[in-house]
Amino acid sequence: MPQISLTVNGKPASAEVESRTLLVELLREKLHLTGTHVGCDTSQCGACVVEVDGKSVKSCTMLAVQAAGAHVTTIEGLASADGKLHPMQEMFREHHALQCGYCTPGMVMSAIDLVNSHPDGLSEEQIRHGLEGNICRCTGYHNIVKAIHAAWFVMHGKEMPIAAE
Amino acid sequence: MIVDGIGASVKRVEDHRFLSGKGHYTDDMNRPGQTHAVFRRSDSPHARIKSIDIAAASKMAGVVAIFTGADLAAEGVGGVPCGWQIHNKDGSPMAEPMHPVLAIDKVRHVGDPIAMVVAETKQQAKDAAEAINIEFEELGGISDVRAAIAPGAPLVHDDVASNVCFDWHIGDKAATEAAFANAFKIIKLDLTNNRLVPNAMEPRAAISEYDISSGEYTLHTTSQNPHVIRLLMGAFVLHIPEHKLRVVAPDVGGGFGSKIFHYAEEAALTWAAAKVLRPIKWTADRSESFITDAHGRDHVSHAELAVAEDGKFLGLRVETLANMGAYLSTFAPSVPTYLSATLLAGVYTTPAIYAQVKAVFTHTVPVDAYRGAGRPEATFLLERIVDVAARDLGMDRVEIRRKNFIPADAFPYQTPIALQYDSGDYQTTLRECLRMADYDGFEARRKAAAAKGKLRGIGMSTYVEACGIAPSAVAGALGARAGLYEVANIRVHPTGSVTVFTGAHSHGQGHETTFAQLVADQLGIPFNQIEIVHGDTSKVPFGMGTYGSRSLSVGGSAMVKAMDKIILKGRKIAAHLMEASLDDVEFKDGKFTVTGTDKSKAFAEISLTAYVPHNYPIEELEPGLEETAFYDPKNFTYPGGCHICEVEIDPNTGTVAVINFTAVDDVGRVINPMIVEGQVQGGIAQGIGQALLEHAIYDESGQLLSGSMMDYTMPRADDLPNILVGTESTMCTHNPLGAKGVGEVGAIGSPPAVINAVVDALRDYDVRHLDMPATPAKIWGIINAHTLKMAAE
Amino acid sequence: MYDFSYHKPGSVADAVKMLGADGEAKALAGGMTFIPVLKQRLNKPSAVVDLSAAGLSGIKLEGDKLIIGAMTTHATVASSPEVKKAIPALAHLANNIGDRQVRSRGTIGGSLANNDPSACYPSAVLALGATIHTNQRKVAADDYFQGMFATALEPGEIITAVEFPMAERAAYAKFPNPASRYAMVGVFVAKTAKGVRVAVTGAGQNGVFRHAAMEAALSTSFTPDAIKSVTTPADMMNADIHGSAAYRAHLVGVMAARAVAAA
Ligand SMILES: Cc1cc2nc3c(=O)[nH]c(=O)nc-3n(C[C@H](O)[C@H](O)[C@H](O)COP(=O)(O)OP(=O)(O)OC[C@H]3O[C@@H](n4cnc5c(N)ncnc54)[C@H](O)[C@@H]3O)c2cc1C
Ligand code: FES
Ligand code: FES
Repeated sequence: MPQISLTVNGKPASAEVESRTLLVELLREKLHLTGTHVGCDTSQCGACVVEVDGKSVKSCTMLAVQAAGAHVTTIEGLASADGKLHPMQEMFREHHALQCGYCTPGMVMSAIDLVNSHPDGLSEEQIRHGLEGNICRCTGYHNIVKAIHAAWFVMHGKEMPIAAE
Repeated sequence: MIVDGIGASVKRVEDHRFLSGKGHYTDDMNRPGQTHAVFRRSDSPHARIKSIDIAAASKMAGVVAIFTGADLAAEGVGGVPCGWQIHNKDGSPMAEPMHPVLAIDKVRHVGDPIAMVVAETKQQAKDAAEAINIEFEELGGISDVRAAIAPGAPLVHDDVASNVCFDWHIGDKAATEAAFANAFKIIKLDLTNNRLVPNAMEPRAAISEYDISSGEYTLHTTSQNPHVIRLLMGAFVLHIPEHKLRVVAPDVGGGFGSKIFHYAEEAALTWAAAKVLRPIKWTADRSESFITDAHGRDHVSHAELAVAEDGKFLGLRVETLANMGAYLSTFAPSVPTYLSATLLAGVYTTPAIYAQVKAVFTHTVPVDAYRGAGRPEATFLLERIVDVAARDLGMDRVEIRRKNFIPADAFPYQTPIALQYDSGDYQTTLRECLRMADYDGFEARRKAAAAKGKLRGIGMSTYVEACGIAPSAVAGALGARAGLYEVANIRVHPTGSVTVFTGAHSHGQGHETTFAQLVADQLGIPFNQIEIVHGDTSKVPFGMGTYGSRSLSVGGSAMVKAMDKIILKGRKIAAHLMEASLDDVEFKDGKFTVTGTDKSKAFAEISLTAYVPHNYPIEELEPGLEETAFYDPKNFTYPGGCHICEVEIDPNTGTVAVINFTAVDDVGRVINPMIVEGQVQGGIAQGIGQALLEHAIYDESGQLLSGSMMDYTMPRADDLPNILVGTESTMCTHNPLGAKGVGEVGAIGSPPAVINAVVDALRDYDVRHLDMPATPAKIWGIINAHTLKMAAE
Repeated sequence: MYDFSYHKPGSVADAVKMLGADGEAKALAGGMTFIPVLKQRLNKPSAVVDLSAAGLSGIKLEGDKLIIGAMTTHATVASSPEVKKAIPALAHLANNIGDRQVRSRGTIGGSLANNDPSACYPSAVLALGATIHTNQRKVAADDYFQGMFATALEPGEIITAVEFPMAERAAYAKFPNPASRYAMVGVFVAKTAKGVRVAVTGAGQNGVFRHAAMEAALSTSFTPDAIKSVTTPADMMNADIHGSAAYRAHLVGVMAARAVAAA
């Protein structure tokens, strides 16, 4: 079985995997990082989204061996060492953007990528479109959109205009 | 003053763990020595199993054991039971055919489990499951209810004639016929309520364990009601006494009804754990969920509304064919009957109603309660026929509703079909919703849209639903085989912190927050001093779980009852300590005070005294401060309200965009407005999904054509609008909180509002009705047919 | 998934060797199609040859040609200044394939090798009259697409790059399948030095196809009005639970008009 090494949440990790082992299986089963979820088998729901070398990807649609040498960030790697939540996590909590929490890790990882890749601004329409790869069955997305909108301002160090609902 | 009490939008306690990846869902757990199960399932909707050969598969790498239906039958394992019995018109009980845990002789739907492979890894179990050699004789299946009751249709169960599970009715037939005889007009409508796949984002999963030295079984499972699973599986399927069977439902990633039911996999896993003497884990793939989780809806109805010249409703009669699927799922028979037909009065004073329901077996996945369970079907039917009546009579849609509303001063209101509504104010929720939606400004928006080539429409629904199904005795008389109370155990610790053990279960609803607010409010202690425990039969007294929007109204009321006992005991202790009479001690804001004096004792002083009973009325009072209450409600609760939807159709493609959605609901007492709003929005998303996107489609023979998210349209962020939510509450009159329930209102009220808006948008295309989902292809079909017709004329 | 051996060759030559040595070996690009297929056990390769280190990604403008390496991801194409400058319609198309995560791994080569009848890229390649470069030859788009999931590629042959000619005007209009978001109907219109071409994906029973009647009409006048009366025969269209053949035929007209207007 191939032995692979990679960096996960800033720490070196290595594991023996089968060629057919998926990245999400490596994370959940070998590295016990169970925050990354699996919600489908057709690469559509986004519950499994993690960041690999700076890009958000579906860890259910990537082989573990393809991630050899890569830098992977999962939901567990977002909060700072003292437990302080990432602004996106904070805004999700603030705006009640999660209910059962199952889609949440993937949603947060996607949202961070979305915000980072839109330094010049992020409209509601762009947010909704940008979440195409993430399905939430609980919230109706309304509060997720609000949370991401608010997080954009925090993450880009800008003041959020006060707007009516 | 408690800041985090009733009415505060407290941020959720559970969020930190979910946001940081520390949730504890079933599949996140692993047990030492764990094996993995995979089920070999039927690809055929209906076939005889001629032989099953496991020889080659058993020898494959990693295989621990393979079990078939015969193995379970040989040990007397029972069938998967149904928890609700309906009686036919003639008083005889419904047909209740055997539902084997693993198929015996025949398979009856695609996904029916035939064998269970237990192996060291999931992949090995899959390899072996594939290698099992099964010989089938295809028998030809049937998926449509109308086809299933036609003469000569293949039988799902040999002993159920014409595939009819039951033929039931409710209401006063003679009075209804009389009302129709006097009608000015009879409005007729055929409707289909589309079949849905619940698709909670967490697929079902379970881990079973058996301790050979104690004889104890433990099952971790994705359930909304672990005690119900323990009862059904222990008592009826596996014959394991309660004290030897522990069922735990940890964090659960959404349920929407689909995780109420006792599923075959749970029983197979639990049984097999004692055979292989190792823990066994099973997690469904999403494609497996599509063909095994109970589906929702799937009703075909014919409705007739008798109206007077002035638009008053005189009578309603309805005939429904309800698809049960291949087997009776746990609460399936209750859905089209007591959870649907009883709501056909809606918010209107219709004096005579008669409904008939035929439940039909087909070669499809079992159908059971899905968010709203029966009430969305009733509401869709009613709110569509009301719109059609307005159209046929040339009346305004708001006017015809107002004219027929049950007036606010008529409560309690006895409907002609069993239910008695305790409170409501439909004029107010309608008025407020019209205002919030700027209904009066619609015409201008319609014109603006028309200028851009878009067809804009507005639609509404005014609805009532029934939650917290109860009392147990009545439910029992109607066929429930379970009680419908709820339990709470409140354990006050010596320093005054509190652990609440509730029989309700949270799988997204935020109970750890809402319940803590409730307790903080009533006991006057800080929110962070309270912990909510749920979901474990070894910790919590026998409770009924969470479904039917019952957790606050029933579970919360049980908490209030238990807290009443705590407070009474606390007053007795305080009276003793302060040398006052019990009547003179009152409890307020976390303090026991002797009325009219400044003598008082803090809650924590009393709890400490209860556990350190040195100066204590030990003759009259036991030490300790822990109380349990079981609360059996006197009636259902009746949330209701008004939903207004505004859509825009692109006539070139048929695409429907929801532009605005406004809901004003009466949910009774609101504990946490933020959570209430979230529940409504989530429900509406599912309602819009049903109305525009979602459809579980079978071909005639029972092959599921929309068997993955590639073909089953899940609502995504860009399919939905912002959802404006308001509440206008009247209090429930018969529970101590005044709570009604909020979990399902969104999914119940919204679908007809959407379709009414779509029909309105198509006003120039001669559309009287269209069934859900209003897909682009369907809308374009309507527009195109009309255009061709006009051209021909 | 069945197990297989995994290889990550450092060059096209090595990749070709590995694929040639083993008839059951398969190339892996972004995996956005291939891995879901493997997960469903619909394919059982003995070996998987990962092309990600074979030096096949990158975008260059060479004179009047835009050359995109086979392993270039949809995200890279979507954000590439070269592509935006040369053929903005192509960047726009790439930016609407799947979702962000699909775009960050899925590749143009994988999409073309797979030739899904609902995929977006085949319409651009066919309408622009692009040329597919492989390890052994150059294939014109007109010869490349041979029906659903069928291409001119021989076993073991690897797409290395796609060469696009410049377009005076070009645009892609996609009507997504409501569930999968692939193209239910996608129309790419292009006006190049060689004339006007229209390619339709998603709708046809045999995968991507050129719409001769529209090409003729647009050659006369490149306006939406020019194709107003051009019909698309429904009998060559797909029909499924998402739409009838007649609906798809109608959408071809609507999407074509939108593409022309946007071009
Ligand atoms: C959720 C989702 C949504 C999607 N939506 C769309 C959409 O809207 N529009 C669209 O067009 N596509 C869509 N796709 C497909 C996506 O674009 C894929 O990326 C693409 O079809 C395949 O590219 P890949 O790089 O992932 O190839 P892979 O999946 O790695 O490979 C696909 C096939 O091509 C072969 N192959 C790959 N590269 C080469 C090569 N260089 N030479 C020879 N053979 C090769 C492989 O052996 C395999 O058989 C979607 C996919 C997903 C998962
Ligand atoms: S689990 Fe990866 S997309 Fe659904
Ligand atoms: S919070 Fe439950 S799926 Fe999104």
